[in-house]
Amino acid sequence: MTMTQASLAEGIAASCPHSVLSWQERLGEVRIDARREHLRTLMRTLRDDPRFAFAQLMDLCGVDWPDRPERFDVVYNLLAPVANRRVRVVVTTDEATPVPSVVDIWPAAGWFEREAWDLFGIVFEGNLDLRRILTDYGFEGHPLRKDFPLTGHVELRYDEEAKRLVYEPVKLVQDFRNFDFLSPWEGMTTLPGDEKVHRG
Amino acid sequence: MVEVVIGAGETGPGAAIRTHTMNFGPQHPAAHGVLRMVLEMDGEVVERADPHIGLLHRGTEKLIEYKTYMQAVPYFDRLDYVSPMCQEHAFALAVEKLLGITPPPRAQYIRVLFAEISRILNHLLNITTFGLDIGAITPVFWGFEERERLMEFHEAASGARLHANYFRPGGVAKDLPPGLTDRIMSWTESFVCFVDDLETLLNENRIWKQRSVDIGVMPLEEALAWGWSGPCLRASGAAWDLRKAQPYDVYAEMDFDIPVGRNGDCYDRYLVRVAEMRESVKIIRQCIARMPDGPVKTQDHKITPPSRAEMKTSMEALIHHFKLYTEGYHVPAGETYTVVEAPKGEFGVYLIADGTNRPYRCKIRAPGFAHLQAMDRLAKGHMLADTVAIIGSLDIVFGEIDR
Repeated sequence: MTMTQASLAEGIAASCPHSVLSWQERLGEVRIDARREHLRTLMRTLRDDPRFAFAQLMDLCGVDWPDRPERFDVVYNLLAPVANRRVRVVVTTDEATPVPSVVDIWPAAGWFEREAWDLFGIVFEGNLDLRRILTDYGFEGHPLRKDFPLTGHVELRYDEEAKRLVYEPVKLVQDFRNFDFLSPWEGMTTLPGDEKVHRG
Repeated sequence: MVEVVIGAGETGPGAAIRTHTMNFGPQHPAAHGVLRMVLEMDGEVVERADPHIGLLHRGTEKLIEYKTYMQAVPYFDRLDYVSPMCQEHAFALAVEKLLGITPPPRAQYIRVLFAEISRILNHLLNITTFGLDIGAITPVFWGFEERERLMEFHEAASGARLHANYFRPGGVAKDLPPGLTDRIMSWTESFVCFVDDLETLLNENRIWKQRSVDIGVMPLEEALAWGWSGPCLRASGAAWDLRKAQPYDVYAEMDFDIPVGRNGDCYDRYLVRVAEMRESVKIIRQCIARMPDGPVKTQDHKITPPSRAEMKTSMEALIHHFKLYTEGYHVPAGETYTVVEAPKGEFGVYLIADGTNRPYRCKIRAPGFAHLQAMDRLAKGHMLADTVAIIGSLDIVFGEIDR
């Protein structure tokens, strides 16, 4: 099996033309942007087709891009141990639209999908056990969204009088500080007019 | 604390006690931390196991989004706190990949050396506490003595016994103190005898085998489907090791074998770990023998700090130091999923950089998360006492599972 990364991606795109929107190879890693509706067809092919044989779903996670119309990416990192290859499949969604679950293709997806639901509020259609997993019992909100504050909304303490734990709104002694290091000189690696210098 | 609720709401005629629900943990010494497991029992047989995790959730991924790349490194020590350096390794490699830099050879050898020391630290803790869970008390006393020696090496190199903050993007924090490699070399000789002693205690021990052989069997096909990796996957029969398959740093130059189990039960997972400790010793010896001289971090002072001596005389070095510890460095936009073979399995960092000095997203893929997920599959049909053996053999640490 000596298939280059690019020919692997081309092969995947050719075998599932309806599912694959685009693919790219950067830093030696293949990323496939897929159509959400046809995700399961693509995933089944990736697992069952002997040319690909991605037997393992190693990681599944959400990414939040609040400025986009469909703000969430759902990222699947697959591994084919036999051919020693990895591929990354990405679909987009928003708060309301469910993503088809892959839990019946790889049982490993179960908890990872619960985690994406818990931390981002991404809904997975077909996952029958979509409970919160990492946050507290009775937690409200989805903490890894970019609009969720780092400090959270509530804090917890033991109340000596009530003899139990109580939740209270967060009180900060000092305001939360967020430093902006993006000065127009520091962040920029190519200044306007410098393109010729870097081309050479 | 184990509390039992018998016969949930079943009082009608003929409704003898069918199942009862049992709360295992979250403060149970055999739960290896803060695992709460809701077990549905039929007598003493487990019908369904539902692990409730997240009791140690600290929001590491969210915190990293608000820190510079250099400030994010110590968070990785606090994930799997018994093998801190291996996780720093994954993050350092991910950032280096995005920056497009390679650390100097000496740094790579030091990293591999300490990654293997971490592996032995981790396996010692796991094997001995697994023994403690199922009734073997001596290994824990012997093993923790060896662990203490190893943590002295940690301390000599990094200044900290546990939370090292030693592997940085671009190399390691500082060079090894003189004489440390000789001490490690002489330790490897006594350690081999220790492993022999450990094996005489456990390998053919009747009670040990009764408690672990054929308990929690995971066939290879299912182990793959459940996303298993590391010693647990190898115990099921796959010769899959990222140090061989997708080598990083100088693992490609190292000569070592991959121990593989046959049955995928608790006993095989134990055997694989013991054999891996012996292989780690081999790697440690090769690292020390071949370690070159030279710098231990990349000499680009936009990424790694300049030396103290330089800062006393060079204005530029002082500026670099100041900028590095306030603003940090900017990582070009891109994404990578970088993995290392951590002692527990595939530890991955999915890092998205947006060109600023802070990660846009840093997803941490913990091997224990996938292993614990299969708990229901493993425990079903076993006795209650066997779930303790299964938890012990999976090598779970809640720092990494809950993040």
